Amino acid sequence: MADNTKAAEERVLMKGNEVLAEAAMRAGCRFFFGYPITPQTELAAYMAKRLPKIGGTFLQAESEVAAINMVYGAGAAGARVMTSSSSPGVSLKSEGASYMAGADVPGVIVNVMRGGPGLGGIQPSQSDYFQATRALGHGDYFMPVLAPSTVQEMADLIYLAFDLADEYRTPTMILADGMIGQMMEPVSLPPARDPKTLPTKPWATAGHKGERAHNVINSLYLSPEKLEDTNRERFERYEKIRATQQRQELMMCDDAEIVVVAFGAASRIARTAVRDARAKGIKAGLLRPITLWPYPTDAIDKVIDNGAKRFLSVELNMGQMVEDVRLAVAGRASVDFYGRTGGVLPTPEEVLAQIEALAEGRPVAPSAGGSATGSVLPAPIDRKSSYERGE
Amino acid sequence: MAEDFNHELLCVLSGFGGQGLLFAGKVMANTGLLDGRHVSWMPSYGPEMRGGTANCSVSLSDEAIGTPFITKPTAVIAMNQPSVEKFGPTIVSGGTMVIDSTLAMNGAEGVDLADGVNVFAFKATEMAEEAGLKGLANIICLGKLWAETHFCTRETLDAALAKCVPPSKQHLLEPNRKALQMGIDL
Repeated sequence: MADNTKAAEERVLMKGNEVLAEAAMRAGCRFFFGYPITPQTELAAYMAKRLPKIGGTFLQAESEVAAINMVYGAGAAGARVMTSSSSPGVSLKSEGASYMAGADVPGVIVNVMRGGPGLGGIQPSQSDYFQATRALGHGDYFMPVLAPSTVQEMADLIYLAFDLADEYRTPTMILADGMIGQMMEPVSLPPARDPKTLPTKPWATAGHKGERAHNVINSLYLSPEKLEDTNRERFERYEKIRATQQRQELMMCDDAEIVVVAFGAASRIARTAVRDARAKGIKAGLLRPITLWPYPTDAIDKVIDNGAKRFLSVELNMGQMVEDVRLAVAGRASVDFYGRTGGVLPTPEEVLAQIEALAEGRPVAPSAGGSATGSVLPAPIDRKSSYERGE
Repeated sequence: MAEDFNHELLCVLSGFGGQGLLFAGKVMANTGLLDGRHVSWMPSYGPEMRGGTANCSVSLSDEAIGTPFITKPTAVIAMNQPSVEKFGPTIVSGGTMVIDSTLAMNGAEGVDLADGVNVFAFKATEMAEEAGLKGLANIICLGKLWAETHFCTRETLDAALAKCVPPSKQHLLEPNRKALQMGIDL
């Protein structure tokens, strides 16, 4: 959450989207390629104004496909580079992201999510969780996915994203949403880094000046054995990321029996609901994944060890991250889901009602009916509360 | 922190696009920034901004803020009738509602308000125009809300207003100050 221990004069009030842009420049990003789409447009607009002034290049590409391929090119040449879009636009970038992963080219991709599928809507959503965490494009790959829940984290995590991208030679995603992108909160901006002071990239195709053999950046391997080798090597890096980069915030989890798991915008709503549940004497806590890939499974293990018996995944979708919660919980506790979709946000009261249901052993509704008919899809059997299954 | 102001304000500011509610909300948010408090400012975006209830939610608190979308405001500024009707019923008991009755001619009449909601309805747009402060009805309403809720100290309020008027529009600072005072004196 916003840190109000910092002196007031160090803090500025900014929109989340603008903070992503400002903090990226401070992290040494000097190239931005994008295409406008609500609700992330302020990011590109800010870059257009400021990036040329610090010697960078802002380019509004002719399409999202072009933009991601420009990112591929600049990243291959060793630059800190990013692109940003919102859900439908991010789908268009999927081929380029896969090429970057296949060629081990670092770069930062921002998705300020809106409702889907298709053109969907423009209100906040988290329905691209699967797309982000199960690989944005085709092929055998993952990428680090960071999920900010405050404007301050927009700054902190995009700063981190550039470092992770370079360290592990991988595209890295910031998975934000319309709420965090559009809102203003106080933020302490990170210090500006001169790109010249960043670690060098001996693999980059930035000219060999006759001093070394030429570098090749490529994602095409026609020999199956060679392709298998490169994939295995990449997955060794993924194991390192899994082992060292899991991040999460725990709130009131020390003695929690009911743990709400939520990221980004949903975690803001869940935070209020968990506080309200505590005020009613319910031992509830919040586990907020900051990295969605790697998923913070170690933290889930720990809260189970501490006595958590019931998990409730709260998301702005029809139930996506809940699958990762189930994988991490591995049958040691019950897992339920509550979500709203299409850009509808649950109220803290709705989430609180689900926590109360769990506390009293009643079944959790997977979603409140928002339509006139009040009907939602019938809950699949495995979404029933553990109590209903007699566990 | 001084004890002479309210420690939590959850305010929705709503009206037609162009009435300056987002700006008034920014002034409010900046008071929290200046005082080192927790603050969030969340605008509506998309088609709502072109319709009757362009709004923003401003939370000022000594505690970390959960959802920035306010479902149970402690205060509302409503500058047109759709805003009164949409947000009036959401105000918590004992909350405050400031209505510009130039456009919201029916005020809170017929709106289902919680017990003890204090309603202050006055013709802010008309007053602003008569005082030569066209376009500053938003700030008059802000002044009235501050006078009723004391969401920060007066010094902080003045400093936040000065901070929000951009350097290129310094000639508008004095009229803004006048409008603020007008609302406070109501």
